[in-house]
Amino acid sequence: MEPLFAILVGAFYAAAVYLLLSRKIVRILIGVALLGNAVNLTLFVAGRLTREAAPLIAPDADVPAGPVANALPQALILTAIVISFSFFAFLLVLAFRAYQDLGTDDVDAMRVAEPVGPGRPPEGY
Amino acid sequence: MAAGAIDPAVAANVVTAPAGLGDWLVVLPLVIPVITGAVLVMLRHHTRHHSAISAVGLLALFAADVALLVKVVGGGPAVMAMGAWRPPFGIAFAADVLGTTFATVAAAVALAVAVWSGPTVNTHERRYGFHPFLMLLMTGVTGAFLTGDIFNLYVWFEVLLISSFGLMVLGSEKAQIDATVKYGLLNLMATTVFLIATGLLYATVGTLNMADIAVRIHALPPGAPIVTIATLYLLAFGMKAAGFPLQVWLPASYHTPPAGVSALFAAMLTKVGVYALLKTLVLILPAEGRALSDVTVFVAGATIAVGAVGALAESDLRRICGHLVIAGIGNMLIGVAIADQASITGAVFYAVHSMLVMAGLYLAAGVVEEIAGSGDLRRAGGIAAFDPAFATVFLVLAAAAAGLPPFSGFWPKAMLFEAAAAAGAPGLATLVLVSSLVILTALGRVVLQVLWRGGPEGTPDGATDLRRLTPLPTDERASRLVPVGLLAALSVLIGLMPAPVHDLAAAAARGLLDPAAYAARVLGGAP
Repeated sequence: MEPLFAILVGAFYAAAVYLLLSRKIVRILIGVALLGNAVNLTLFVAGRLTREAAPLIAPDADVPAGPVANALPQALILTAIVISFSFFAFLLVLAFRAYQDLGTDDVDAMRVAEPVGPGRPPEGY
Repeated sequence: MAAGAIDPAVAANVVTAPAGLGDWLVVLPLVIPVITGAVLVMLRHHTRHHSAISAVGLLALFAADVALLVKVVGGGPAVMAMGAWRPPFGIAFAADVLGTTFATVAAAVALAVAVWSGPTVNTHERRYGFHPFLMLLMTGVTGAFLTGDIFNLYVWFEVLLISSFGLMVLGSEKAQIDATVKYGLLNLMATTVFLIATGLLYATVGTLNMADIAVRIHALPPGAPIVTIATLYLLAFGMKAAGFPLQVWLPASYHTPPAGVSALFAAMLTKVGVYALLKTLVLILPAEGRALSDVTVFVAGATIAVGAVGALAESDLRRICGHLVIAGIGNMLIGVAIADQASITGAVFYAVHSMLVMAGLYLAAGVVEEIAGSGDLRRAGGIAAFDPAFATVFLVLAAAAAGLPPFSGFWPKAMLFEAAAAAGAPGLATLVLVSSLVILTALGRVVLQVLWRGGPEGTPDGATDLRRLTPLPTDERASRLVPVGLLAALSVLIGLMPAPVHDLAAAAARGLLDPAAYAARVLGGAP
């Protein structure tokens, strides 16, 4: 099962990097979303893929009986999903606002903060 | 819970005694800004009280940080385990000398910025929400400095990142939106790489507690992909810290928000990256850090060179400051690259100096922009004749940033030069010297043209043309000049009496290089 997941995660990363390298901001954002999912799958595999039982403890016991699934990676993924989702939402709004105000969705053409050819700095006194 | 009813194997992992008052001190620096931030959000319709509440909150935060620093310096790392689970099972906050020192200086700088920004935030509606964001940024920064759990470090990074997005785009000017797109996307990618590395580290080592990783990393079978993980950490935090070649987002974005926000970012965000690099590559993965030292030496040298030359090539005051931040990061990376007692001491000292002086310089640049109407070297001028007191403060900050002797920049540069030369990296040592000369040239030009020249470009020698200058409003003058003056005074004080800061930095370096004491304290539970 793990090799299969490795291939899937690799495909996610490849697609994400391809999209992140493009100039249009919407494509970059889709790349960010894919990258977030690739990371979540990585975390999921980090907890080992097993068919073991849920980590429930019987009322009269102090420790679970038999091997159980690792619950920690799921907690990590839950945190990471919430965070990446909120960031994606923020960046989506920001991208729309940038398109409205700057009139372009091409990050190379956004040169307000760094104008092209600012000229040489003053040389003599 | 009755301790007798618990299986002994479980009981060993549970803290049954309530946390002592001293333990609560570890999380107090987090609780204060969260609560203050929440109160500020609730009072969002009463913005005129914001700056007072924010100043009180930051003063309390600074006091809590100082108390924690005293405790940590006197008694070793302070630990608080959450939810009664002993580390490594529970989440632990572990304050060591390094993190607490950084947190204390960060709180001092934030206080200066909050006082500086006070009047503007009240009068301009577009900066609505500045103080809540500032408090949440401080929560993230302090959390990152004090946590002992690497996944929590990621979470605190995200807290400070989303607050910094908010601060950067506040005002919604075109340049700010443009800058935030680039700043936001690149920093988000850096934290994502950090999360990938953390996932792989958990898969390899099976723990997220930094002290536990530092112990278990030595017992791993050969062939474990630790160097890959260390490289990913270097990539992620190198981007955060603006190390070459991942530094281009910094000069593209730091000059666009209000000067107070620039000062905050310059003081804290890149230093959090340096802190994380020190923690990961020196404390928890020392062997892999050494394996990567060829790369880190190159990165440190190239960052210094790019920053210094960049400062020379700019004509805008705040963009020059951005390149100075990058050159400073290069100097701090020498500590990561060489990773011995002397170089890490120098790097920590440099970080303290850089937080104070770069924040002061950005705030001073903001004052110049207000007086002269522009931070462009061609259009500003005549400040020395117009406001001699402020010009003196600016001169002190510029000299400190260049590393001239009576000010705070000199000592860490001398220490890093010595450490690099002693560790057999003469190239790095030379770069420290040459870059100081180049930065001195760049700042000398700033001082000549902004302070000494009688007016904007074209003013004849000896003539003064002060017509374009507007004085600061009288009710804002004190709140503008006092924070800048205090930061400059701190720089002079550290320059004249470097011993306390040096001792702190040396203690921080010892704590990083000898993880045994740190691990014993964290994993041993309550002392």
